[in-house]
Amino acid sequence: MNSETIPEGEKKRLEKVGYDTSGKLSRSASFLMSDNRTLLSEKKEKKLEILSTELAVEKYPWVKDLMFKLVSKDKDDYTRLAASSPPRGFFLRVLPGAKINIPVQSCFFIKTKRLSQVVHNIIVAEPESEVHIITGCTTASYVKQGSHIGITEFYVRENATLTYTMLHDWAPEVVVYPRSSALVEKNGVFISNYIALTRVKEINSYPEAHVKDGGIARFYSIIYAQDESFFDIGAATFLEEKGARGEIINRVVSSGGRVVSRGHILGAAKDTKGHMECSGLLLNKKGMIHAIPELKGIFPETELSHEAAVGKIADEEINYLMTRGIDKDTAVSLIVRGFLDTKIKGLPPQLQKLIAGIIEKSSLGGRI
Amino acid sequence: MDKNGYLLEVEDLWVKVESKQVLRGINLRIKKGEIHIIFGPNGSGKTSLLGTIMGLPQYRIIKGEIKFKGESIKNMPSFERARLGIGLTFQHPPSIKGARLENLLKVMGIEEQRIKNLAKRLSLLEHLPREINRGFSGGEVKRSEVLQVYLQQPELVLLDEPESGVDLENIVLISSVIGELLEKNKPIIKRKKSAIVITHTGYILDYLHADKGHVMLNGEIVCSGGPEDVFDKIKKCGYEQCASCLTSSKEK
Repeated sequence: MNSETIPEGEKKRLEKVGYDTSGKLSRSASFLMSDNRTLLSEKKEKKLEILSTELAVEKYPWVKDLMFKLVSKDKDDYTRLAASSPPRGFFLRVLPGAKINIPVQSCFFIKTKRLSQVVHNIIVAEPESEVHIITGCTTASYVKQGSHIGITEFYVRENATLTYTMLHDWAPEVVVYPRSSALVEKNGVFISNYIALTRVKEINSYPEAHVKDGGIARFYSIIYAQDESFFDIGAATFLEEKGARGEIINRVVSSGGRVVSRGHILGAAKDTKGHMECSGLLLNKKGMIHAIPELKGIFPETELSHEAAVGKIADEEINYLMTRGIDKDTAVSLIVRGFLDTKIKGLPPQLQKLIAGIIEKSSLGGRI
Repeated sequence: MDKNGYLLEVEDLWVKVESKQVLRGINLRIKKGEIHIIFGPNGSGKTSLLGTIMGLPQYRIIKGEIKFKGESIKNMPSFERARLGIGLTFQHPPSIKGARLENLLKVMGIEEQRIKNLAKRLSLLEHLPREINRGFSGGEVKRSEVLQVYLQQPELVLLDEPESGVDLENIVLISSVIGELLEKNKPIIKRKKSAIVITHTGYILDYLHADKGHVMLNGEIVCSGGPEDVFDKIKKCGYEQCASCLTSSKEK
């Protein structure tokens, strides 16, 4: 099957979240799920394997051992629901030593009104490998309500690099509960980016990373919270072995939505280092941003730091920009778009450009 | 331009910041192509005067008039004044988290190659993708201000201490770019740009060859004359002596 089964008029929705349906953009593999059905699972690169999770479990019995190993089945009602549902979603494995610079793309599309989409993804970057994944999640233009529950477990083996860029563009009455966790083995690098700029009822996402000897985990959350949206977002990083490093950056703008912006870094071993930034801009009196940065050290030779700031754009900054001949709305837009377009360390330029383009093209609710 | 050839006319201007009176009856007229220098100690109202002409909202006009090209601009927001042809380099501009220098210049409608050429000359190429003034040194901030205003090409350039905190080598660089902006190589009759320059040190006088000098004290212009003469007098006698000019200038 292929993406032809997505109605022509809806393909733009997929494009907006980074999923290329035209075949013009370079992608090393593609996975597309519509409602709870796999429409496409194909690869152009020999050194990786992409399958629906259902097929992967049949083909490789050991895949089952990776499921609910990092995310507990009993974590909450959503993980219990996923555990009791058929294993949908995708399985991706990059073979040892394979450096795949062309991104893998996946998309979860809800086309049926009030549908509950439940997925479980297993992603394995074998030793010395490298892979970059874009995952877009969206609804058909006529769908206003629905839910998405997504379990993703990442295995970043020794000296492997895995970047995962998730772009969400849901409908106003959709609720979203991703539950993700990563194991970052010796000298592995894991970068997780989460971008949501459109109105949604609720997103509750708090991915974790368990970082081993010399490994790195970085989490970036870029949120533009519009009216009547609620986000509870952030990440937790556990620096469990010597030399592990972690970074959590939350950049949040509220134009009326409510956001809890969390971060937790645990320094549990020698020479571990972690930094967190929870920055928030409030554009009006209707919104709320609650920054909760947490640092926990249980080993003396750990170095943890954070900066958190929530407030409005200073009048002085807007007035300064206006002296260059731009009106107030343009000045605010310049600051907000730039604030969201944070530079992500270690992300390939192609993906950085994709994120910048999405921020640039976003109407940001038509407010600015 | 008004019928008398003045680009800028400031008439009996009284300005407050919150409840504090910062300008008291300023009168100033600038013709096309003229460069005026304003001297004065800290807190004398120099920056307030430039900010008021630019239209920064904290400066509240209580009385008086500001005309640019013969038309009143006193109720105009700053971005409209900028579009009309007024540009300001700030003495202490804010650093702006989010807004990148190159994006601002693009939004201003400046062509990319022009941006790069001037940024290269001002050693600011690497600063273009950075957030405006964030982590910039004092000299880089000043060069960034000059870069923005040069590319804006205003007819009236307001320069607030462009050389303060800048090393000698960079003063020469900044001054030469400002000189170019102000068309100093052309005879005054052919120049289209005018300027008001605030200087503390007077270093920039060596490069700009201003036409008039003024001394401000306590929100008033107390003395006007040839810029070198005024500066020499300040160097010799200090600003205290300028206060005595207040009487004589009023008598004149």
